[in-house]
Amino acid sequence: MRNTFASEITKIAQKREDIFLLSGDIGNRMFDKFKEIAPQRFLNCGIAESNMMSMAAGMALSGMRPVVYTITPFTTTRCLEQIRVGVAYHQAPVVIIGTGSGLSYAELGSTHHSLEDLAILRAIPGLNVLAPVDSLELSAQLQEAFESKFPTYIRIGKKGEPILHTDTSKLGIGKANLIREGKDLLVLGVGPILNEAMKAAQFLETKGCSVAIASLGGIKPIDTAFLQAMSCRFSTWVSYEEHSLIGGVGSTLLEWIQTHNLMDKISLLRLGTPDEFIHHLGNQSFVLNSLNLDSHGLVNQLDKLINGS
Amino acid sequence: MDEASTFRQLGCKKLTEHHQNNFESLKKIANLLRRRILITSSEAKIPHLGSCLSCIDLLIYLYWYELKVDPNNPNGKERDRFVLSKGHGAPALFQALAERGFFSLDLLNEFGKAGSVFHEHPPKPGYIPGVEAATGSLGHGLPMALGMAIAHRSFNLPARSYALLSDGECNEGSIWEAAMLAAAQRVYTLTAIIDFNKWQATGRSKEIMALEPLADKWRAFGWHAQEINGHNFAEISSALINARKEIDRPSVIVAHTIKGKGVTFIEDDNNWHYRTPNGEELSAALAELEVD
Repeated sequence: MRNTFASEITKIAQKREDIFLLSGDIGNRMFDKFKEIAPQRFLNCGIAESNMMSMAAGMALSGMRPVVYTITPFTTTRCLEQIRVGVAYHQAPVVIIGTGSGLSYAELGSTHHSLEDLAILRAIPGLNVLAPVDSLELSAQLQEAFESKFPTYIRIGKKGEPILHTDTSKLGIGKANLIREGKDLLVLGVGPILNEAMKAAQFLETKGCSVAIASLGGIKPIDTAFLQAMSCRFSTWVSYEEHSLIGGVGSTLLEWIQTHNLMDKISLLRLGTPDEFIHHLGNQSFVLNSLNLDSHGLVNQLDKLINGS
Repeated sequence: MDEASTFRQLGCKKLTEHHQNNFESLKKIANLLRRRILITSSEAKIPHLGSCLSCIDLLIYLYWYELKVDPNNPNGKERDRFVLSKGHGAPALFQALAERGFFSLDLLNEFGKAGSVFHEHPPKPGYIPGVEAATGSLGHGLPMALGMAIAHRSFNLPARSYALLSDGECNEGSIWEAAMLAAAQRVYTLTAIIDFNKWQATGRSKEIMALEPLADKWRAFGWHAQEINGHNFAEISSALINARKEIDRPSVIVAHTIKGKGVTFIEDDNNWHYRTPNGEELSAALAELEVD
């Protein structure tokens, strides 16, 4: 995904003179192509994210379309007030990229995990909060973000994530899409973790269970037309995210269901990380497995939901 | 007080030797705006009086002589950008902008009233002509002005960027992050001015953080640094002219000021960071600031 970001932003910067890439001392060699085509519009801002974010806001107020790139905790919570005041309050159209989101850097420890970013940024007015499931969704959202008059946060993974979308015609900001059809229940989520849901659904199919999966693409703005259509088709929803159960996809859907008076019609199971820091480390797969959030854990939980236990 | 409103028509002056040596007109404006700041603080109970009185001379020089801004076209693409990084100086900024003609002085009758955009800190651009950034949380304005300067450089625009900081604001790490990046990038179109009134909200600034030697700190961070009397228009003028001559590094002007300058019983008394004058105190203060 991060390689897609690097190639997409390079393409966009080739066409637009107002694109400026700010990096927080990360992405060694990744932006070589960008630096070749626009050396004056790349700036390594060092390990100083607060300054980088305020600078981006100032640049946007002067007509530039800056994009800020570093690892998710450092481009979100590290400089939260600069996002809230400089970027969001000023409605400065900055694009903020958080790379290695969720548990992508699981083995680096809690300092490098980002399991609260969606919750925190969702509470800030006027900020798009996106989390594409694959490179296709990322590309579509990125292009739209540079046309938007609002700032946009895009939470991406690291590398090697599979492509899950087959139809690219409806991808973008605030656009949800089914990435797998099904009949028994609907899994709704964001980000590359949905590949685990795809694997779980494939396995459950062999047991006669039919699971539909939707990529919401983000949690703000939310695709109300899509959710309304899904509420007519599925009465069992499962939210699924590589993020805390507090404030992310599950909370957003719960609020949406309540706002639309669908509490009686839809039952929602929320799956996400618990309200605690993670100390027992391993790679991303290990940690997801230990949290019962990988495809195996998901199979068990969905199986119970469909067949009871 | 209307007699001084004629100054509004002066516009941004081309600096002549005469002006450098004789800033009588600016002194009159300073007196007038100090009076208005005091009246507003008393009537609308707006705090940060001491901080406004310490920076008003700097603001007046900037808006009358230094900044390439046009009150009739406040959003012109090539305008200089001024960011009041010490956002609590907003009551002083609003008075300067009104007197300079960015908006009608009458609008300030709404200052501090419920529903008004004129309150303790500047709102985001679009609500008050001439305001370039919403500040109030310290440590944001200088980095934003730096971003503006880098954008202008990228667009080949001649605009310069200015940020007015407080000494207390230099507690914030983001100021020094911006300082290091601006020096590394040789952003010579950026000028920081520090209203060094030696106080922050609850104490002497040098006692709370090891702030001094302040100018040397900026020099060590790669900036061209000057120290001046921030109430002396000739010194302010020379320093800003010198800053423009720098073509390889950003420039900082450490302006030594007196918190509450202009009213003897407010000067250097930090109670006036939050206090607002009662009727009696207002009369006594205004008596010291009679307009000729």
